[in-house]
Amino acid sequence: MQEAILALLAKEPAHGYELRRRLEAALGPAGGALNPGHVYVTLSRLERSGLVREDGRPGLGAHRSRDRHVYELTPAGRERVETWLNDVTWAKVAPVEFHLKLVAAAATGLADPAALVDAQRLELLRRLRDLQELGRAEEEGSTGSLLIEGAALRLQADVRWLEACERHWIEEESR
Amino acid sequence: MSAVIEARDLVKTFDADEAPVRAVDHVDLVLEEGETVSVMGPSGCGKSTLLHLLGGLERPDAGEVRLGDRRVDGLSETEWAVLRRRSIGFVFQAFNLVDELTAIENVELPALLLGVPRGRARRNALDLLERLRVAERAGHLPDRLSGGERQRVAVARALVNEPLVVMADEPTGNLDSRATGDILGLFAELRDARQTLLLVTHDARAASIADRLLTMRDGAVVGQTRLDTGTPIERVLAGLVDLGDTA
Repeated sequence: MQEAILALLAKEPAHGYELRRRLEAALGPAGGALNPGHVYVTLSRLERSGLVREDGRPGLGAHRSRDRHVYELTPAGRERVETWLNDVTWAKVAPVEFHLKLVAAAATGLADPAALVDAQRLELLRRLRDLQELGRAEEEGSTGSLLIEGAALRLQADVRWLEACERHWIEEESR
Repeated sequence: MSAVIEARDLVKTFDADEAPVRAVDHVDLVLEEGETVSVMGPSGCGKSTLLHLLGGLERPDAGEVRLGDRRVDGLSETEWAVLRRRSIGFVFQAFNLVDELTAIENVELPALLLGVPRGRARRNALDLLERLRVAERAGHLPDRLSGGERQRVAVARALVNEPLVVMADEPTGNLDSRATGDILGLFAELRDARQTLLLVTHDARAASIADRLLTMRDGAVVGQTRLDTGTPIERVLAGLVDLGDTA
């Protein structure tokens, strides 16, 4: 989030409200999860870290609210954006917790692994349904809908993995 | 609500090399009018065979199938052929369009076979192609269409005789991610228009458009549950993005 806001400022200095508007546009339907204070809190943190500064231009209205401040990148901020864009870090993908849950269920006999898989699959399918409904409200081919598609494809992969879990634990049981 | 399909204690066994395989094992199922139901399960769990039994493409060894208020499991091939044409729209993974016919000819064919006058069949077919946003491809042969367009034409064909129920067997199985989203959007529109739909799939995205989900394993239905939870949009959004560092 910090880096995304820095990157938006790399194009040109901007007001907080302008940054928020651009961020919402990029996130599409997911932009609704952004709370109004998010951008301003992030900006003050970035300012404290020396990555952005107010560009010194006077505010537009009579009252200088936080909305009216124009922010720009510092050289350190610009360097951070470049590092971020080229960084290949990715979210950790192994579903360790659920895997260990199944192992624990089988070892202790406290729950049936296949039943846990069924319940989990149902939960993921419900999320997938909600997500697709959200995506349908978006304009076809919009940038925001691409994020929804990414989320849906990941959930779909998780459901396929649950099928592999189901096969494994049913075979284990019958051994 | 009344039941469009009702199956009781359906059994279907196939001969295999070693021992006979029970593909459908004492399945009960009710599909209410206007409802969308998905049947999900790993390949070989019997979900396609179940669809074939309900749609009269195969005969059960035992059990009962009712379509509307009529018992249909004992019908002859000829009777089934007429009933399928009139009351069931099929959508398959491989589209199953007639290669030598244009898109619109494929759509109007089931209407013509039912005796609908040529002009009306053509108008209905064109209306459907328009509704499914593929009318500009009406004059093309299937091999000139993309996968997503072919499946749109196949859905139009399934709807042309205003069937009691549309049965789809892995309708997104041959489509890429984009076309899958497109076709699923279409099924969601049919669902919202209260077209009765039975969807057999192992694709989670496809299964999740349903109102109700049936899970099959080894020929038996092992779970039935509703998927439409009416989750408020704020909760969906909150579960979607982790904006992390500024929370």
